[in-house]
Amino acid sequence: MTSPVSTTATPLTGGTAKTALRHRLAERGLDRTLLLVLPGALAVILLFCYPFLYGLQLSFQPAKGGFLSSYVQFFAEPFSRKSVWATFSLAIPAAVINVGASVPIAYRMRREFRGKRLLLALLVVPITLGTVLTAEGILEFYGPAGWFNRTLHLLGPASSPVKLTMNYTGVLLSLIISGFPFAYLLTHSYLSGIHPSLEKAASTLGAGWWQRFRYVTFPLLLPGLMTTFCLTFVMAFAVFPSAMMVGDPNGSTHVVSIEAYQAALERFDYSQGCADAMIMTGLMLAVIGSVTALRSRLYRGSTGGKG
Amino acid sequence: MSHDTLKRPAARTGPPARRRITLRPGAWLTWAVLAFFFVNLVGVIATVLLNSFGRRWFDSWLPDGWTSSWYKAAWKEFNLGPVLWTTVEVTFLVVALSLALAVPASYALARRNFPGKKILTMLFVLPILVPPIAYGIPLATVLYKFHLAGTVTGVVLANLVPSVPFVIFTMTPFIEQIDPKIEAAARMCGAGTWTVLSRILSPLLLPGMLAAGILVMVRTFGMFELTFLTSGPSSQTLTVDLFSAVNSAGIRATQSIDAMAVIYTASMTVLLLVALRFVNPTQLVARSSD
Repeated sequence: MTSPVSTTATPLTGGTAKTALRHRLAERGLDRTLLLVLPGALAVILLFCYPFLYGLQLSFQPAKGGFLSSYVQFFAEPFSRKSVWATFSLAIPAAVINVGASVPIAYRMRREFRGKRLLLALLVVPITLGTVLTAEGILEFYGPAGWFNRTLHLLGPASSPVKLTMNYTGVLLSLIISGFPFAYLLTHSYLSGIHPSLEKAASTLGAGWWQRFRYVTFPLLLPGLMTTFCLTFVMAFAVFPSAMMVGDPNGSTHVVSIEAYQAALERFDYSQGCADAMIMTGLMLAVIGSVTALRSRLYRGSTGGKG
Repeated sequence: MSHDTLKRPAARTGPPARRRITLRPGAWLTWAVLAFFFVNLVGVIATVLLNSFGRRWFDSWLPDGWTSSWYKAAWKEFNLGPVLWTTVEVTFLVVALSLALAVPASYALARRNFPGKKILTMLFVLPILVPPIAYGIPLATVLYKFHLAGTVTGVVLANLVPSVPFVIFTMTPFIEQIDPKIEAAARMCGAGTWTVLSRILSPLLLPGMLAAGILVMVRTFGMFELTFLTSGPSSQTLTVDLFSAVNSAGIRATQSIDAMAVIYTASMTVLLLVALRFVNPTQLVARSSD
């Protein structure tokens, strides 16, 4: 695509070297319009890159010990080391459940039916809840005297209340309540990008619904699902407030973010806190990197849909 | 063409009827899972709502009596007036600043191909990928260094980090679909850059900016981690105030925390309903064209 500036330029024989250079740059897409990028880029560099690099060098300057001792400290102490395990054992099941459940529901929601808009609106509701209302609701609804345990008791299967809060289950529940609508919306939009005519064609060739899903829709949807998995995983990976409120922050749900927060803003050991943040970023980028690498091996062609 | 596929042809009444029978177990299971999710969701919301209006609620299906005094208590106890004002102030500033910084950038990204564009895009993707806590802690450390932590300025700066890239990624596809020939035509008719911007581009960009702005507003209003890490007593927004109230439980009655949570959720719902009038949630993700 030619830029409007370069098309209006007529090469004059007597043009100065300065304008000629400007035109040559414009042909490669470098002109004054690019200056518009500067404010945004500067903001991100100053507020994201600079603090990040500052934190990185701070993590190599612990109060005592060699330059790597903040990292050594994290992996040497069993309590902080286990937080990595706690984080993964929450984030992976949460992401798998959210993405897995959203596929069949999005699949049903493709066709038009009465009340579809209402159902969509209801699915968006949990986004507005906020962590505190979700946490309080989980504590009261799934708590020992809550409606959930009362119903179980009434129906008979559990004689003593099932412990669902202040532990791993509580945090997982809150991750599902807050993460599922998000995963669903993404899956829905990816699925609606696949044109129904592809499935119709498969149907003409005699494919049953499972074959159509397995060999036509699913492969086309898989790249989108992986992106959704990544984003839900990031959300669950960074779980912080709900791990404190409905979890067991000093035990089974002592996640990396709690460890980092406690180091930086409770013990004021900024070096350790930054080191924890770097470990967190590293782990997360590793997961995203491997999912992206897997994704790049998949089919990336037309889905026959919009856009 | 898409109209044909949407309409269900009347001639095919036979096969769909048979297909529905084969689909049944899967369909039933799906709807059952969804129904179970909704039942739990309604339970979670209803308990908080009932508790916030309940007098006393220990070991029964419903509270003993009803009262609205918890809302009055919450308003006074948590000093909600100033807190709400701070929230509005922070949200407004973040929306205005992120639009001002990001819209020009997304214009350049949508219109030009230049060397280094991939690196620049990567720079804008990172703040969205890295979890807020992970960059929030170094950011808070830097803000403490410059004595900005604990102030409204610090909170606004921290919230700009995810908002600027967010606006860029919402606006770039939006600008790409505006035909550049319109600008070229205006220029040919003698319009200068300023006239093109104010008379041609801004009316066309306004819907997109509105959508992006509303989404940033919803995000900032609900953003917990960044505000939590960088705010002080005078710069807390509603989410952070709520969280501190929960963590100092024992002093506060759960009912008044619940009342405050209901206030938060109600305002968030209003915001989101406004947003939904302008943005279709299922079309937020445009499929990448490559």
